Amino acid sequence: MVYLIQVAEERLTAATFEGLAMPLFDQLYNFAHWLAQDRTEAEDLVQETYVKALKGFSSFQPGTNFRAWIYRILRNTFLTSRTGLKATVALDADDGPELPAGPETPETIFIEHSQHQFLQAAIESLPVHFREVLLLCEVEEMSYQEIAEALSIPIGTVMSRLSRARKALRESLQQKLVRS
Amino acid sequence: MADHWTAKLDTYLDGELPADEMRDLDAHLRGCPPCAADVLSRLQTKRAVHSAGLRYRPSPQFRDRVRKSIASKPRRSPIRMWLGATAAVALLLIVGFVTLSVRRGEMRREVFGELADLHVATLASANPVDVISTDRHTVKPWFQGKIPFTFNLPELQGSEFTLVGGRVAYLGQSPGAELIYQLRKHQISVFIFQDRGAVRELGSSARSQKVLSFNMESWNQGGLRYFVIGDASDDDIRQLADMLKKAS
Repeated sequence: MVYLIQVAEERLTAATFEGLAMPLFDQLYNFAHWLAQDRTEAEDLVQETYVKALKGFSSFQPGTNFRAWIYRILRNTFLTSRTGLKATVALDADDGPELPAGPETPETIFIEHSQHQFLQAAIESLPVHFREVLLLCEVEEMSYQEIAEALSIPIGTVMSRLSRARKALRESLQQKLVRS
Repeated sequence: MADHWTAKLDTYLDGELPADEMRDLDAHLRGCPPCAADVLSRLQTKRAVHSAGLRYRPSPQFRDRVRKSIASKPRRSPIRMWLGATAAVALLLIVGFVTLSVRRGEMRREVFGELADLHVATLASANPVDVISTDRHTVKPWFQGKIPFTFNLPELQGSEFTLVGGRVAYLGQSPGAELIYQLRKHQISVFIFQDRGAVRELGSSARSQKVLSFNMESWNQGGLRYFVIGDASDDDIRQLADMLKKAS
């Protein structure tokens, strides 16, 4: 009898997890690919994330933010991967004072010409800690609170890092504009 | 353009400014064209990054693979597993039992057939016995040194059975004793062998059956296997068998 209850609970857990996690599959994969910048690594990352998340699903508090929770797992998995370790070695003290945005807006020119690839290349060129915060905010449209949960950092750090990421993106676009 | 507001434009567009600041900035933008233009530019960037950021899509195969890896796998219940294992063991036992039974049946027919042949051969022989005596105390010692065991013979006084004599017989290359008894005009052979080898395979239970129309009684006792075979009635064969059992 105890066993049957256990099996029922396991199945319920797996079904609940699947119901919560699979709708996020495309987003997680996209995010993973942006982080890893490699299809195979991204797949490994997502696969491992789902397996870890299911395994640790009992630790997830119902009513809290599942999306932030599973993104945090993915991000931590990435950070401990070879690519992640390499990408974060150069992580600098990014939590300094917020920098004002420059007066130039070269991105406007790119946008007008619909040059997606320039923008994608610029995002790719960002250090991973800028790239991830930018993608979570702009692509996943997460709130600062969600981003803070997903990245396990304070909201103030989210804001400053986001500001620096945007500035770095503008600079990157500007450089590409000059080169082109 | 007010620098005070410029630093907050992104936060404004992210919808993360406190409500009162949002109201104040809204009011400021209505009266400040440079800030309004900046907001528009940032909004376009924001949309462009959103669009450019949706860059990678997983393959359907990969999605299926992950879905399968997290799907709840039906686990066999221990009750079913136990029943399955029990059924498998039962089946093995049944198969083993049937095989053993068939094997024993074949062996029994073979051994009993051979004993019937020995009995017939004895009756057909000009010298059916090697030791001729009605005295069990003569017949029994005659076997000393000829067979690797000894046995007891029943006292026949008061019965219709008469001891005719004995000879050495071989069954499955093992030596044993063959005793000839007479009941009225019926010759009955009593074979005694060590209960081992092919003989042991016959099993331990006493058997009473017909072999080539002969009646036969067989049992094992004290490490020896006894066979009583003859054309006498089943009751007579059983009576001699009982006397031998009591003597052993």
